[in-house]
This record gives sequence, structure tokens and C-alpha cells, in this order.
Amino acid sequence: MNKKNLISITDFSKEEYLRIMELSQKFEDNPNQSLLKGKVIATLFFEPSTRTRLSFETAINRLGGKIIGFSDSNSSSVSKGETLHDTIKMVSNYADLIIMRHPLEGSARYAAEVSDVPVINAGDGANQHPSQTLLDMYSIMKTQGRLNDINLFLVGDLKYGRTVHSLLMAMSQFKNPIFNFVAPPELAMPDEYKLYLSNKGIRYFEHLEFNNIINQADIIYMTRVQKERFIDPVEYEKVKNVYILKNEMLENTKPNVKILHPLPRINEIHTNVDGNPKAYYFTQAKNGVYTRMAIISHLLNLL
Amino acid sequence: MQKQLNVSAIKDGTVIDHIPTKALFKVVQILKLDQFDNMVTFGNNLDSKVMGTKAIIKIANRYFEDEEVNKIALVAPNAKLNIIRNYEVVEKRVVQIPEQVNGIVRCFNPKCITNAENVYTRFQIINDKPIEMKCYYCEKITYENEIKIK
Repeated sequence: MNKKNLISITDFSKEEYLRIMELSQKFEDNPNQSLLKGKVIATLFFEPSTRTRLSFETAINRLGGKIIGFSDSNSSSVSKGETLHDTIKMVSNYADLIIMRHPLEGSARYAAEVSDVPVINAGDGANQHPSQTLLDMYSIMKTQGRLNDINLFLVGDLKYGRTVHSLLMAMSQFKNPIFNFVAPPELAMPDEYKLYLSNKGIRYFEHLEFNNIINQADIIYMTRVQKERFIDPVEYEKVKNVYILKNEMLENTKPNVKILHPLPRINEIHTNVDGNPKAYYFTQAKNGVYTRMAIISHLLNLL
Repeated sequence: MQKQLNVSAIKDGTVIDHIPTKALFKVVQILKLDQFDNMVTFGNNLDSKVMGTKAIIKIANRYFEDEEVNKIALVAPNAKLNIIRNYEVVEKRVVQIPEQVNGIVRCFNPKCITNAENVYTRFQIINDKPIEMKCYYCEKITYENEIKIK
């Protein structure tokens, strides 16, 4: 059997990205389906993640499937010392698809090797979380009507933020993107990603603050600047208010600009932005359900 | 000046020369020489014009496939193999860093699944000087100075 998995965003081709976009739209137009009728999906959450788990489980329910699984490893046999290998081997005998979150990096790739059924990585430590990237792309597609020619501002923690790295890799497959990186030097975009863009001839710019330049943006992708990332607390104090988006900053921005955020937000987007039609982060989270319906259907060849 | 071999000559077999002194026992580990029944002699901290000091290993009656011996390039990239037949060097070979490194090296990332469970490690060599290898599982890069043999 030729089994498809989604472990890393680079596992999918550009054609597959577009297929996911098309299917997501289809499911948004028609969210209640019975494509998964008679199928059992396992959601194995070895560490808690309420948003991701509920989003996947909503997607499964909307497709008419049944769910087995656990929401943290204390309520599974892992607490008795069972290996990931054995847990996956057993569950792949029960379910038609496994959705897994695990604190260890590379655990999802390993699970896909062990499993007889497709595996979706719902986050393996700090490594990959590809369904987040696909829902980010769907949000861009929906609000801009295209994935080519996007001026994308990535703001905040660009060093450790896995979502911004995956989004960069995925959006680089489309024509003519422009990346603007806005981050303190301590949390700047790592060289390997800048090198990746240079090698592909893709334009990028680096900024220390974004107040004067966001009028060029089509998408502003905000992430959280975390205190614990700084070695010197004084450096954190200096920059902590620089990367906060406030409503008045959006005054002269493009009419089509949308603000995205992987959530949870702490204070990096002021609550006075929430009422602005340019704020899109809550709808973005809702889009996650349609995108996850699309991913599941694609991997199981349901359509 | 009296000339003398520090490590006695072998009639037939393989001499691995130009091993960095610190890498000697890693080479032993990689080639599993501790499990050999053949006569194996080691020399360490020997004078070397090129390296300052070096290590050498002589293995009697044993020849290696490229694939087998190229694994030591990870710790001894400048190692040279002399193939000996009847006390004569009949062939000299250099080691080459392989494209894939499977099952020898530990991933440097403590949060990688390969360090938590009994997983056969797999790496892609993405740069050979200095060595940079990407873990197939956690996708993190292990650098030359972090290489630990499993």
C-alpha cells in the first residue's frame, strides 16, 4: 500500500498545497459531510494542546468519523512505560489514520515508519506542525485571493518560531513572494532560511521595528516575543514593547492587509485591534477545521 | 639514526594510517575491532610530520569494503588505508565521507526521538568539511565537533 503521511510541510508538493486549498474551500462551503463514515481516527496527544486537538476532532466529527485516543500521556499506557513504537504499532491496528502530538522531535517521522496507516504530525516538540502552515496558507489564499505575489511581514520571534519557518518554506514555492522580517537581533531569522531564500532568488528584508513600513504588507504574521528567550533581561525590557501591534498603527496600511497569529496571543496584539476588520486571527483558527478536513480527506483519498 | 618500526609489520592485511590520536578508539568502535579474532595492533601518539601526532591500526588478514571503511571518515577524515600483501603495500586508499550515515552516530539533539527510544539513526551529510549531518527524524544538524558514536 502506498501510504501518505504529513510529517513536515516539505512532504507536500506545490500541487498538493493547492489541492488542500481547493478542498478546504469545498469543506468551508459544505462543512457537514459523511466521507469518514465507518472510519476510526486516532488522536494521540502525548502532551496537551487544546486548540489543535479540538480543531482536529471537530474536523473528524464534521466528516462523520469516529474518534479514539487520549489528550495527555498520563491517561495512556505511556505512563506504564510503553514505548512509542509499541503504542503506534497497536493503535495502527485499530484506526484508519493516526493524528499525533508528541514532545520529542522526530517522533512523528518515526511513528509514520512504524505505523501501517497514515500519520499526521500535530506537532513534534519544536520541530514541525504542518497543519498550522496549511491553515495559514488557506487564510492567505482566502483573504488575498492568491498565493503568488504576497508581501509577507513576519514579526516577533523569528529564531525559535517553527510556524514562521514552515510558512517561509511553503510560501517560497509560489511566485514572487517578498518577505519582511521584523525581529530583535536576539530573535532574528536564522541564516539557513535566509540562505534558502537567496538561493531561490527570493527577496527578503530585515527590520528592527515595523511601525513605518507595514503599509507595504499584504499579510502581517505576528508571533510572541517570549521573555525566556533572552539571555539578558535588560535586552528583553528594551524590546518588549517594540513588537506589539496596536490599532492606530494600521491606519495607513493597505485595505487588503490581514493580521494573522498562530495563537495563543498574550499581549503582542493589543485587544483594540480585535474589532478592526483587518484582524483575522480568530477566523484563521476557524479555517483550521476546514484545512484539517482537507488534509484528512487528501491522505485517505476520500475525494 | 636508527630506524625502527613502532608497530610491527604485518604480512597480509590492512594498515589504517593518519588517524587523529583522539579518534583512535572511535575508529575501533566504528569498525568493531574489539570483536575481531584477527591480530590487531595499535599505536597511538606516534610522531607525524603532517599531523604532529597520529594513531595507526594494523589488522592482519582482513580487508575492508569501501562502504564499511568509509564510516570512519566521520572521525578520521584524512585516514589512509594501506593494503598489504606479503609485506608489500599493494594498494593505497583514502576514505570518503558517505552521503548517508546510518546507525553509527548519535543525534546531538537531546530531545530527538532517537535518543529516547531504540531507533536506528539516519543522517544525510549536508556538508563534508567540516562535517554537518542532518537527522532524518528531528531534522536538526549535528556538527563535526558534536559527533558521538552510538
